[in-house]
Amino acid sequence: MSLQIISIILGSLTLASALMVVLSKHPVRSVIYLVITFFFITAMYIMMNAQFLAIVNMIVYAGAIMVLFLFVLMLLNLNKEVEPMNTRGAQLAAFIAGGSLFLVLITALKDTLILGQTYRQQDNNIGLVKELGNLLFSKYIVAFELTSILFIAAMVGAILLAKREKQIIE
Amino acid sequence: MDTALLIEKSILVLLLFLVSLGAAAYMTYFERKLAAWIQDRVGPDRAGPFGILQPIADGVKMFLKEDFIPAKADKWLFIIGPGIAMFTALITSAVIPWGPKLHLFGRDITLQVADINIGILYVFGVISIGVYGIMIGGWASNNKYSLYGAIRASSQMISYELAMGVSAITIVLLSGSLSLNDIVAQQSGVWNIVYQPVAFLIFFICALAELNRAPFDLPECESELVGGYHTEYSSMKLGLYLFAEYTSMFVSSAIMSILFFGGYNFPGMSHFSGNTLAILGIAAFATKIFLFIFVIMWIRWTIPRFRFDQLMHLGWKSLLPLSLINLLVTGLVIAFKNGWF
Repeated sequence: MSLQIISIILGSLTLASALMVVLSKHPVRSVIYLVITFFFITAMYIMMNAQFLAIVNMIVYAGAIMVLFLFVLMLLNLNKEVEPMNTRGAQLAAFIAGGSLFLVLITALKDTLILGQTYRQQDNNIGLVKELGNLLFSKYIVAFELTSILFIAAMVGAILLAKREKQIIE
Repeated sequence: MDTALLIEKSILVLLLFLVSLGAAAYMTYFERKLAAWIQDRVGPDRAGPFGILQPIADGVKMFLKEDFIPAKADKWLFIIGPGIAMFTALITSAVIPWGPKLHLFGRDITLQVADINIGILYVFGVISIGVYGIMIGGWASNNKYSLYGAIRASSQMISYELAMGVSAITIVLLSGSLSLNDIVAQQSGVWNIVYQPVAFLIFFICALAELNRAPFDLPECESELVGGYHTEYSSMKLGLYLFAEYTSMFVSSAIMSILFFGGYNFPGMSHFSGNTLAILGIAAFATKIFLFIFVIMWIRWTIPRFRFDQLMHLGWKSLLPLSLINLLVTGLVIAFKNGWF
């Protein structure tokens, strides 16, 4: 019962900080709220005993990606006067894009309820490093290797783009 | 049973908190005395015998100074910045095993706040969020030198995290566990430094960079950036930044001695048992931490600062490839030993 109360509190805090990401006027503050949101999500993973996922979420999202976001925003130093996109068209486009994403997520939620049931039937140790490693390197080995190839392709692409730009400047 | 565990852990947390802060305070004194010794000076000698009360005087001074917030600073973030820095510096000590089991009041007391089975990943998680304190503080000051300091800090810490992580993975490969407790327990015979000298060297250099210590103290490089990310800070907020640096120095020395120098293990520990073993173990661990701190300070007062491009070259073009090769070789040797070929 107390577990349920904790998850309700955690869920509402997550939603509140996620809302603040959108509502906050200043981009840097938005990013900081996003970091806080990731921390709450990490806490949720820990509650599901998915320790590895929790800590990877913290290292990769809260630690690495958000630092890069913050880095870029600090260099740009956006404020109200120089805010580039605030036209009607941009607002409409944002509304449509956000709305369709919302619809997709709502449809996906329907399946999660069933998935949650199956998760509960399995044993609690599935989120530990050992179990996850065994699964990744046996059952899901093809998907795992393909993902790593995708990552390498993305990295090579990024380096290529950066290099080409430099040549134009010179 | 549960209540006793809760009390035990609370006492341990409080003790760790006090010890880390006390150690950080006296490390400032030690650093100044060491600097004086290296530069053939006397050092602080006014407060108390041998200047031993100097950290307390400094602390009081920090508290009593005027607390100033620049007019155009982002007020909340300016206040939060040093807090985050101190917070991340302190929470790493939760997963460190400080010694063998202690037997007190009829209970076995584990000298570790949380034995989570992803201990080493937790340490890296905390390191990766440690940069926020400096970044947020530097940006919120609304000063270009602070911003430069913050940007340098973040790019430096992201760059060196990679090589550091890869060299820690070799240790995980050796021990087959992510739990710091298991890693220490497996080094009761031979310490990891014997198998992994290259990984240790990389890890040590990266730790210096992560700590923003000389020769990698570019984020607060006083000859270029006034005071770096803490240019606008005064009073105890500045104090917290400085304190956080010393606390992380203490904690990272502990991590290095756990990963490579056997943590609380010491030669001939099979002759002891029970509480004697525990106390000797803690003493051995403390000695190792002290030696690491000494070496880090020694480096600061010996080697001049790097240039920023040199720093990036060292991180990306030397340390990262070297650590990857080291990882590959370690993996091959382990695979060979297990008879995979």
